[in-house]
Parts: sequence; structure tokens; C-alpha cells
Amino acid sequence: MIEKDVTVRNRAGLHTRPAASLVKLAAKFKSDFLISKDGFEINGKSIIGVMTLAAEQGSVLRLRFTGEDEVAAAAAILELFDRAFDEPT
Amino acid sequence: MTATQHITEELVLKGIPASPGIAIGPVLLFEKHKPVVNEKDIKAEDVDGEIERLRQAIDRSTKELSKIHGFAKQKLGEHQAKIFEAQLMILEDFVLFESIDKRIRAEKKNVEFIVHDEIEKYHRVMVLSTDEYTRDRALDVEDLRNRIIRNLQEEKLISRLEGSPVIVSQSLAAADALILSRNAVLGYLTEIGGVTSHMALLTRALKIPAVVGVRNVSAMVRNGDIIIIDGYGGSVVLAPKEETIRRFQEKRDRYLNFEEKLHGLRDLPAETPDGRRVELSANVELPEELEFVKLQGADGIGLYRSEVLLLGGEVFPGEDEQYERYRFLADTMYPKRVIIRTFDIGGDKMMAEMAREKNPFLGWRGIRVMLDRPELFLEQLRAILRASARKNVGVMFPMISSIKEVRRAKQLLEDAKAQLKARTIAYDDNIRVGVMVEVPAAAVIAEDLAREVSFLSIGTNDLIQYLLAVDRGNDIVSPLYQEFHPAVVRFLRRIIERGKENKVWVGMCGEMAGDPLATILLLGLGLDEFSVVPHVLPEIKKIIRSVKYRDAKKIAKQVLEMQTEDEIKKHLSSLMKEKLPDVLTGD
Repeated sequence: MIEKDVTVRNRAGLHTRPAASLVKLAAKFKSDFLISKDGFEINGKSIIGVMTLAAEQGSVLRLRFTGEDEVAAAAAILELFDRAFDEPT
Repeated sequence: MTATQHITEELVLKGIPASPGIAIGPVLLFEKHKPVVNEKDIKAEDVDGEIERLRQAIDRSTKELSKIHGFAKQKLGEHQAKIFEAQLMILEDFVLFESIDKRIRAEKKNVEFIVHDEIEKYHRVMVLSTDEYTRDRALDVEDLRNRIIRNLQEEKLISRLEGSPVIVSQSLAAADALILSRNAVLGYLTEIGGVTSHMALLTRALKIPAVVGVRNVSAMVRNGDIIIIDGYGGSVVLAPKEETIRRFQEKRDRYLNFEEKLHGLRDLPAETPDGRRVELSANVELPEELEFVKLQGADGIGLYRSEVLLLGGEVFPGEDEQYERYRFLADTMYPKRVIIRTFDIGGDKMMAEMAREKNPFLGWRGIRVMLDRPELFLEQLRAILRASARKNVGVMFPMISSIKEVRRAKQLLEDAKAQLKARTIAYDDNIRVGVMVEVPAAAVIAEDLAREVSFLSIGTNDLIQYLLAVDRGNDIVSPLYQEFHPAVVRFLRRIIERGKENKVWVGMCGEMAGDPLATILLLGLGLDEFSVVPHVLPEIKKIIRSVKYRDAKKIAKQVLEMQTEDEIKKHLSSLMKEKLPDVLTGD
């Protein structure tokens, strides 16, 4: 299992479009992908789940990857957060 | 939510009469857009069936939303369309639907219950969020959940009512009223909404009494309370005394008697004693009405509101489906004429999701929508043309405000003809084409319009709203909506005269055509066709058959000189009392 903390960097936060990119990317990997914020945990492959996070700019999220391709999954998703979903920061 | 108490002592409230008739019966409170979900156990062998039902409901919801999304994107822009995008993405959320499937298998509960419960988990979190954006998304999630459940329950909704209730609701969408009306509903009472809302039109078409605009009423009654609604005058009586009930029963019987007497007129023409013959036809929305329309002795159908085909779903019916409906109308009425109005969507006549414009009545509606979506328009025009093969169909364009629109619509009609010709499908090459005159601009250029088409049909509901700048659905200003405002009367004269000078016939399909108080005036102004709700047809015919055209013209001339609505109404009322004492002209 890989566990990483990330900060939401884009100005608009994890709204619909970035949430969709995140979910789509996560679906490409076999590993389970969970996101928790303030003790509330959801499945990172579920758009409705990600929407409930209400992750604004500056929120800190804990990401957990478990499965055979967890290394690749973590790298890809961290990179997406790092690029701030290609949105203004 | 409100401090209003349950009323247990007789109380009379005043609303707006929206559909005539008197209903006396038990209240059934109806909550809009909140499907009732019951928890039910299912058998192990039914699990696969339940999951299949869910799959179909998701498919149907996806179809509906994709159409709305496409529409919204093109017209309201990417930003507004996002609302639907989020909902569409949730429909593809396999994590969510996998857990729903799993729960159905494990818990053996009905799919509605599990869908509701599972989505509620997320919904609850979002509603409580401190983030405004997320709280807004909670509304989307709720919408979507209701959409899926509605698609799951479509057939079940219908059997939900028991007995014969009076439906009391904050507001009712036309689709709700339609679905509820398949039950033995005695009447409708709503807190908001005006007489021209689609729901009001629909209740009139279905001949179910309705009163609208009675604020807070749903907080004053409980299910099962006896209530009286008077759709003639607009009164509502809560907790009526025995003697009040008796009084209203008598009133109801008196009206019904009078209506029965009128049936003798069925086979007689709408002709004045001095030989002026007008066409008296019916406004129709539903195929179920046609038998009644024929019984009432209509000369034809002056307005078929094709947009009812869109009720209950946002998916546009295709050419073949439309053709079936139009052909049924044309065949049932043959050889009488049927005028089909092309989709008049927008305003209050489209699904709520569409109406994200700030001012929909001044926005994208009627012909404007159809000219922007030529492929949908062509589809409809082809369907209408195919139904015209026996030459008893006319086509009419709504919301025309310029010659350019008429020419463009006519061009598309020619294109549709060419497409059918290429497919060697029969149609009426001389199909009559008309326009609605309902935008003041169209009234001003009536002579130009008349040179482009073969008939004009005045839509008074919108024309009056636009001319007087009054939204009749807004109960704060609705008293300012005046059919007999001198400006309205003079405007009508102008349209009728300009039309006749240019040799086209001029009809009226707005509500005013069916108002008995207006009949003599309209006759005197020279109107050629009255298209009315089926239930008033015999009454209007009786008036026409009782007044000489010569006298009606004199009366119209007098009215044209009057300066206030009060004066005009008083004059017409006293005339009616004198000439036709048993005709009911409102209060």
C-alpha cells in the first residue's frame, strides 16, 4: 500500500471537471484508490464520492493506493495533483 | 416552515380560477418531484429482474440528460451545461452502481429503496457542506436521484392514488398533472402558478376543475379533509359546513344542467341569425379529447399543441413517432381540418431544466428554438406533411416576430417537402400555412404577414401579456392582465382588419376566444374562426347563433370607443344579461 498526502492547488478546488479527470485517470489502474479528508473516506474512482469531499484550494487529502499497479497509479495521480489539474492556481 | 395552522373551522379563500367546474372531496397533498420510495422485500429470483430494471432506468435517464445537455450547451453555453455534465458523470459512476447492485443482492430489497438510500448517503454529506459549490451539487444529486427513481416508477406513479381526491400542491408541473389525471382526480388546487401555465391549460383540456394561486394552502389542510374548489369563480372553502357543501352541490348541478341543454346545438352551424357563418373549432392537446371534441360539434381543430408530445420526457420523438400521432388526429377528424402548431417550447412550456434563462418569456422559445435547430424542425415538418396527405391538415408557426422568420420557416417547409419527394412519400403540396400573432410586433406587421401565409391565428394569452407587460403567472400583477383592456381590443381590430384586407382568414386560439363575455365583440370585429377549449364550445355556439352580425358590429364599434376595461366589461355583461340570461359569464 502506498499512502501520500497532497494539497489541492488549483484555485477552483476539486470541482466537477478536475474531479472527472481524477476519476477517469484512476479508472485506468487496477489498484484500489481511496481518498480521505478530515477523517472522511471515499472511493477515488467514484465521481459522486469525490464530489462529496468538497475539497477547496488548500485542502489536504490523504491518498491510498493498494494493488498490483499501485506504484504507477500513485505516480500518475500525484502528477495530476502536481499539475493542479492544468487549471489556474 | 410556516406558522399557518391546520384549518378546522370553515374558511373561504380566494384564488384564481384556472379550469371551470366545482369539485367537492377529500384533500390529497401532492409533493412535487419527491417520489415516494417504499422499502420492500423482494424474492431471491427477482433480484436479476430488479437489477435489469435499474439498468433500463439508467439508460433512459442518460438519454434524457444527454439531450438536455446538448441543448443547453449549444444555447446556454458550456458553463450552464455543466450542471447536466455532472449528473451524466454520476450515471457512469460504476463504483456507485456496483455497490447498489451488491446491496440489492445482499439485502433483497427493491431497487428504488436501495438507489434512494445509497445516493442519500452522499447527498446528506453534500447538503451539510460548508462549501457553497458542493451544496449546489447536492441539488444536482437530488435531481438525478429523482430522475432515476421516476424512470424506475414511471408506470407505478399512475396507480398510486386511491379514491377520488382533490390534489393540493405547492405547484404542479404539466407532466405531474397529466400523470395524476389518469386517476380519478376531482380537482386541482395549487399555491403558485397562473391561468396560462401549462398545468392550467392541461386541466382545462381534461375538464378537471382547478384553482391556482392560493398561498400557503397546503399548510392549512391535511390529507382527507373535505375541501371545495370552485373553478368558475376561484373560491376555495376549507372545512366547509354541511350547508355550504349543499349550496355548492346545487351550484354544480345547475351548471351541469345548463351544459346538458347546450348539447342540442351540436349539429347546428356556428352562424348568426342574419347568416354570418364563422368556424368554431377546438384547441386540443391529447388524443383522448378527440371523441369529446366531435361530440361537442367542433368544425375542426384550430390548434393542436404539438409540444405535448414532449411531456414527461426531454427526448424529442422522432419523425415516425410524430407522424403516427399527427396522422391519428387527421384521420379521426377527417374531413374536418386540423391545424398543427409546431413545437412551442420555452416560456413555461419546457422542462424546468431548460428554463435557465433570466427571462424565458422574452427568450429562446417557439419558432426561435426551432429555427436554431433546423434538423429537429425538419423532422417535425416532415411528420406533419406526411399526415397531410389527405389534405385536411394545416401547419402553424408560434412566436413569429418578423417576416424573416416566416420566410425561413416556409423555406424549411419546402426543404421538408423536397426530402419527402425524394423518398416518394405522399403529402399535401398545398398545405395551408399560418402564423400565430402573439408578439405585438407581429400584430403591427399583420398586413405583411398576411401576404406570406394563408391564415393568421391570434394567441391572446401571450399577446396580452406582451402588450400590457404583465406576467399572468405572477400573482402579484395578474389582476393587471386584462382581456378587455382598450389597447387589446383596438389591437385585435387592427390584426383582423389587416388580415381580411389581404384576403386571409383570421382566427383566434387564445383563451379569449373561449370567453363567453368576449364572443359578441370578437364576432363584431370580424373574426373568422374561434378555436376554443372543447368544453365551452356549445356555449360559444349558442351566443353566436343568438346575435345578429349587424348588431355585433355595432356593439364592437361602441366598445372600440371606450377607454377603460371596466366600462367595456360592464357594457358587455349587461348586454349578455339582457340577450342571453342563462349563459354564464364568470362571477
